[in-house]
Amino acid sequence: MSNALKNLLYKMADDALIIGHRNSEWTGIGPMLEEDLAFSSMAQDKIGHAQALYKILNEVLGEADPDTLAFKREEKQFKCCQFVEQPIGEYDFSIVRQFLFDHAELIRYDMLTQSSFQPLAQLAKKVKGEIKYHVMHADTFVKQLGNGTEESRARLQSSLNYAWHLSLGIFEKSEFENELISENIFVGEDELKKRWQEKIIPILEVANLKVPATDESKIVYGGRKAFHSEFLKPLLDEMCEVVRTDIDAEW
Amino acid sequence: MYGSTNLSEEDAKRMNTTVEDPEKLEAFESRIARGEKIEPQDWMPVEYRKQLIRMIEQHAHSEIVGALPEGTWITRAPNFRRKLALIAKVQDEIGHGQLLYSAAETLGKTREEMLNDLLNGKSKYSNVFNYPAKTWADIAVIGFLVDGAAIVNQVINSKGSYGPYCRALERICYEESFHLKQGHDNVVYLATGTKHQRAILQDAINRWYVPLLHFFGPPDKMSAHSEKLMKWKVKLASNDDMRNQFLDQYVPKIWELDITFPDPNLKKNNDGIWEFSDPDWNEFKKVINGGGPCNAERIAVRKFAEEAGRWVRQALMNPTEKYVVPLA
Repeated sequence: MSNALKNLLYKMADDALIIGHRNSEWTGIGPMLEEDLAFSSMAQDKIGHAQALYKILNEVLGEADPDTLAFKREEKQFKCCQFVEQPIGEYDFSIVRQFLFDHAELIRYDMLTQSSFQPLAQLAKKVKGEIKYHVMHADTFVKQLGNGTEESRARLQSSLNYAWHLSLGIFEKSEFENELISENIFVGEDELKKRWQEKIIPILEVANLKVPATDESKIVYGGRKAFHSEFLKPLLDEMCEVVRTDIDAEW
Repeated sequence: MYGSTNLSEEDAKRMNTTVEDPEKLEAFESRIARGEKIEPQDWMPVEYRKQLIRMIEQHAHSEIVGALPEGTWITRAPNFRRKLALIAKVQDEIGHGQLLYSAAETLGKTREEMLNDLLNGKSKYSNVFNYPAKTWADIAVIGFLVDGAAIVNQVINSKGSYGPYCRALERICYEESFHLKQGHDNVVYLATGTKHQRAILQDAINRWYVPLLHFFGPPDKMSAHSEKLMKWKVKLASNDDMRNQFLDQYVPKIWELDITFPDPNLKKNNDGIWEFSDPDWNEFKKVINGGGPCNAERIAVRKFAEEAGRWVRQALMNPTEKYVVPLA
């Protein structure tokens, strides 16, 4: 069971760390100061979630300490989905990604409050309360920009089309999927995807956006099995730049 | 991070020639003399309003431009603790910008007008942000010494006469004092760390020494100043006094870590006044006029952000009524 648990925690932590890194890239260049502040807050939350999940891996499951897990692993050891690896692009892509990703996160953590694995169930209660605000932020902007100008609607639609098959990669199953479900650790990716679609489709309709048709063959899988996009390696090189200048130093 | 009270020569001249209603002026000046705060709806001399807008606006620009050199190190911060602290710090700076633009708006200039003037070069920001942050040690030095210098300036300005600016500064100083603690902690880790860490710290101090001396503006004997600004409590201390206070507070803290400043003449005299080699003030003027190492880059990034974000701001101008409800 511990391998299944580790796998679940790694993929969630890596997702949070990498999306947090991407969110933090908006600092100083947002479309208005208020959005700088919002993305900066969300970056802090996400990176904090990653840290908390690595901490469970360390304290309960015997893995290395959180700083080592985040800053000293190789690309091939990461289990994040390729969706979070994508560059921030323009604001329309970042807000659409935030919308799609955070709705999945909120439901995932909500489900995990019932997990048989107590440390995760407890953390989920706290994290859920924070992600609620990330989702409010995303919903507000998706609705307003979808109903804003012709340009804003077109941009959102185009980013949604581009993001759609990437976002479905969030729900890629691991070899431990059945074990996680039978041990009541997690309800499962299929159930999560179903609830996610039920949640986001009505909001996209209010936002005047067309839900793209799903083509199973186009879903971007791989991240959970450590096959990553070309964007992850440069991101990790940047993240570890200082650490690598003096690998044994305390910073 | 910084609000300059230095006047241009033309401004200094005009300060002394603009004529105001003597009765109103007297009432205004006696309120200030009694220590009262001036509020947005109160009468105020044209030049008072103008100089305050210039100063608060410049301070706000310094906050958001100052976020850029540090912001580039968020993604490279070496562990969770430093990363979370740095994001929070840079976020504070942007928040200070937001607060200060609002304070300046109470005097009649909109945030959009101010940001436009930043981009077209009409209004300035602190010179210190036109230097690059080359290594992680620069983040430590900026957090400790640049923020330290800013606090000296801001604590003094928070005793000024304009209510909204003073209240903003009080809150800003409170937050800046946390930045200072983070910066000091970071400096101490590097100073007591490996050979490489000490070397990058020393290198950063060497590069930031002159920009820090420049930070408080030209020496009193060289700068245009106005007694009126002092009387109106817009300017509360001279450049030299603030610089001396900064050196007195921070030089010993660096020396005690066995790190040096690149100036053999830096020392404290028996009368409590610090002596140092006069930094190159032509360099200071050159950087103010756009010739610093990063002026073009900083403005280019702000222009990019303004232009890339225009469609978002336009789309929000026309919110559909049903979404204008409280979120929670």
